[in-house]
Amino acid sequence: MALPILVVLGFAFCVACEFLPIINTYTKGVLIMVGINIILCASLNLVNGYMGEFSVGHAGFMALGAYASAVMTIKWLPASVFELPLAVLFGGTVAAAIGFLLALLSFKTRGDYLAIITLAFLMIVKSAVENIEYLGGPRGMTPPVLTNLPWAFFWVVVTLWIIRNLVYSKFGRAITAIREDEIAANAMGVRVREAKILAFSTSAFFGGVAGALYAQVNFFIDPKSFDIVRSTEILVMVYLGGVASLAGSILGAVIFTLLFQALQDLGTWRMVVMPLILVLLMIFRPRGIMGMKELPWFLPKRELFTKRQP
Amino acid sequence: MLYYIAQQTINAIQLGSIYALIALGYSMVYGVLVMINFAHSDLFMLGAFACLLLATMLPVQLPFVVILLLVMAIIGLLGALIERVAYRPLRGAPRVSAIITALGCGLVIQNTTLSLSPYPKYMPELFNSRTLTFSGLTITTLQILIIGISFGLMVALDFLIRKTRYGMAMRAISFDVRTVPLMGIPVNRIISLTFLVGAGLGGAAGMLYGLAYPQISSGIGILIGWKAFIAAVIGGIGSIRGAVLGGFLLGLVEVMAVAFTDSSYRDLIAYSLLLLILVFKPYGLLGQAPNQKV
Amino acid sequence: MSALLEIDNVTKRFGGLCAISKCNVRVMEGHAHGIIGPNGAGKTTLFNLITGIYKPTEGDIRFRGESIAGLRPGRIALKGIGRTFQNIRLCKNLTVLDNVRIAFDSQLHYSPLEAMLRLPRLGRDERRSIDESMKLLEPFGLTPHAHAVAGDMSYGLQRKLEIARALALKPRLLLLDEPAAGLNTGETAALTEFLRWVKSEFQVTLVLIEHHMHLVMNLCDRITVLDFGQTIAEGTPAEIRENPRVIDAYLGGTEVEQG
Repeated sequence: MALPILVVLGFAFCVACEFLPIINTYTKGVLIMVGINIILCASLNLVNGYMGEFSVGHAGFMALGAYASAVMTIKWLPASVFELPLAVLFGGTVAAAIGFLLALLSFKTRGDYLAIITLAFLMIVKSAVENIEYLGGPRGMTPPVLTNLPWAFFWVVVTLWIIRNLVYSKFGRAITAIREDEIAANAMGVRVREAKILAFSTSAFFGGVAGALYAQVNFFIDPKSFDIVRSTEILVMVYLGGVASLAGSILGAVIFTLLFQALQDLGTWRMVVMPLILVLLMIFRPRGIMGMKELPWFLPKRELFTKRQP
Repeated sequence: MLYYIAQQTINAIQLGSIYALIALGYSMVYGVLVMINFAHSDLFMLGAFACLLLATMLPVQLPFVVILLLVMAIIGLLGALIERVAYRPLRGAPRVSAIITALGCGLVIQNTTLSLSPYPKYMPELFNSRTLTFSGLTITTLQILIIGISFGLMVALDFLIRKTRYGMAMRAISFDVRTVPLMGIPVNRIISLTFLVGAGLGGAAGMLYGLAYPQISSGIGILIGWKAFIAAVIGGIGSIRGAVLGGFLLGLVEVMAVAFTDSSYRDLIAYSLLLLILVFKPYGLLGQAPNQKV
Repeated sequence: MSALLEIDNVTKRFGGLCAISKCNVRVMEGHAHGIIGPNGAGKTTLFNLITGIYKPTEGDIRFRGESIAGLRPGRIALKGIGRTFQNIRLCKNLTVLDNVRIAFDSQLHYSPLEAMLRLPRLGRDERRSIDESMKLLEPFGLTPHAHAVAGDMSYGLQRKLEIARALALKPRLLLLDEPAAGLNTGETAALTEFLRWVKSEFQVTLVLIEHHMHLVMNLCDRITVLDFGQTIAEGTPAEIRENPRVIDAYLGGTEVEQG
C-alpha cells in the first residue's frame, strides 16, 4: 500500500512546486532531468537488462521522439493544455515504429552484431536529421518549453508502471527467457519473435517519450544532442543502477544526474570521470548496484513470495 | 568524366588504406578475443597527436621513418597496456562488460585529449610533397607515400600472421581460447602482442591521416575511427582480409558519395551501406556465423 | 496404436559431413522408445531435426500425420513436442517456478495491452499460471525449491526441473536427451520407475536417447539403434539385445552394463 500513497504525495508535491516557490528553477530543471533519465534508463533496461542484448542506439529513439514532438509543437499544434501529452504520445509512437523495424532485424542477429546494427541505426538517425531542412538540419530547432514537473512526474509513473506490468507477465518472462537461453525458450514454445517486437517497441516508445519531454524542456535540440555520447550516458545509468531492475533504473538515473550536475565545474574533465567510473563498475560490479534484484514495492502482490526477480 | 572518377579513385585508395589499417586493429582483436575494442578509434587519434608532439616538441628534428616507428611503438604499447589493465580482469565476465569497458576507456582517452587540447591542431609538413601529373591525373608524392606505407604494413602483417609462429598462435587462439594454453601457447603474451600490433597499426594510420588531412582534433577518433569500425564489420569482423576489403570498399563509397552528391550525405550513406550489408549478410561480407552447439 | 512420430528417410548434411543418412524411425503412441548408439552416431542431431533446430536435407518428419520438417522450433513445441537437452539448458538466473511458468505460458491468452494495463484477465491467468506450475513441481520433489534460483540447484534437481518444464507444455511427445547422465545405478533405477510413472500420469509418449542400458532395456517398448547416422536396427529390447550388428557396433561381445 505504501507505493500508491507515495505516488500521490509525489504528484501533489510536484503540483505544489508549480504554484508555490518551494524550490528554485534550477532545482526544478534538475528534477525534471532526473525524471527524463529515469524514463530513458528504464526503457533501455528492457532491451539491455531484461532481454540481455546490447543496444547502443537508445539516443536514436530519444532523437526520434524529440524531433517528432518538436515538429508537433512548433509547426502543427496550436497551444493548448493538450499540446504536451499529444506531442509526447506522437514522439513515442514514431520511435516505437522504428523500434519495430529494429526488432525485425534482431530476429536473425544477436549479440555483438545486433549492437553494431543499433550503432548504425543511431548514426543514421543523426545524419538523416542533419540533412533534413524541415528539422532544422545541423542548426537544430527551438521547441516551446512545455514540460513541467507534474508532467514529468506523471510520465515517469506511467513508464515505470507499464514496464513493470510487462515484466511481470508472460511477455516479461518470455523476454528474460530469451536472455537466459533463446534455444531453450524456443523449445518451450515461447513466442520469441513476438517478445522481441514487444521489447524493442516498448523500449523505443518510452525512449521517444523521454526525447519528447526533453525537447519541450530544453528549448533547443540539435542532432549533436543525440549522439553516441548521449547513448553512453544512458548505458552508464543502466549498468550503474542495475540491469534488469526498475529500482536499479531509478537509482542509476538519480545518481548519474546528480553526479553530472555536481561535477559541472570540471568542464570537459567531467566526461573523463564518468566513463572512468563506468570502467571501474564493469571491473568490480558488472551487473550494477541492483543488478537483477528488485524492490518488493515494485512487485505485483502475487509475486511477493520470491526473493529473486527476473 | 572518366578523369574525374579516376582522380577520385586515387583519393579513395588513400582514404581506404587508412581505413584498412585501422580496421585491421579491430579485426585482429575481435578475432582473438571476440571483443569489440571500442577504444581503438581513440588510439588512432592518439597516433596523430603523438606524431604531432614528436614532430614539434623535440629539440631535434627526427627523420620521418623514426617518427613513424616511434608512433607505432608508443601507441602499440598503450594498446597492450589498456588490455592488461582494463580488459584482462574481465576475461571471464559477460562480453557486455568488456565492450562497455572498452567504450569507457575510449571516452576517457578522447575527453582527456579534448581537455588538454580543446582546439584543433595543425600537423606540420614532415615531408616535402611534390605533385606529379601523368595522363591528366594529379597525384602527390605524399599520397604515394601514404598508400605505400599502408600497403607495406599490411603486407608485413600478412607475413606475421601466416608465416610466423606468433601468427599461428594468434589464429589458434581465435578458434578456442580455452584449450590453447593446454598446448603450451602463452596465451596472455600472444594477446598482448595482438593488441600491440593492432594498436601500432592504428597509430600509424593516425599519423598518416594527420599528414593527409593536417587538421587534427580529439574528435577524429569518432569521426574516422568509427568509420573504420564499420569497414571492419562490413568486411566481416574477425577476418583480416575482410578488414582490408571493408576499408577500401568504404573509402570508395565515401569518396564517390562526396564526389557525386552533397557532402553532408557522406555519413548517412556510409552507415546506410553498413545496415544494408548487415541485413543481407549478418556477419559481414567475409565473416562467418559463430557456431553454436545445441 | 498409430505412429505418433515418423522419421521418413531423413538425411542431414552439414557441408561435407553427413550426420544422418536415410534414417527411419517410427514411434508408436503410448510407447517409450529408445534411441541408442555410439557417441557421434547422430542421436542428438536427430532430436534437433525433430524439434526444428535443423532442417532435414532430405526426407520428411511427420508428427500425428502432419509434416513438421522445416518448421520453426517454437511452432513445433506448440504442436505438442517437448524436450530436454543433453547439456541442461535452464534459465539459470530465474527461479525454479519461473522456469516452469515459462513453458506454461503458451496456455495463457491475454494480450500485451491487457498485460501493460493490468486488466483483469492478466491477474486471473497469472494466478492460474502460478497454481498449475506449483502443482507440476510436486511429483518432482521440487516444491521446497520453488523459489530457489535454478542455477544454484544440484545437478539431479536441475535435470528433474528440465523434465517438469517440458511437461508444462502439455506435450503428446516428450524427447529426453540422456536423462540418466551422471546418475549412479540406484538413481538410474529410480529414474526408470519415475519415467514409467510420467508416461502414464501425463499420457505422454517418450523418446529417449540413453547410454544406460539397464534403463533402456527395462523401460522401452521399442528401440532404434543408430550408428554413423544410419539406422542399423529397430525392434523390441529382446530383439536388439540379440542383434549381431548392434552387438558388433555398440553393445560389445557380451552384454555390457553401461553406467
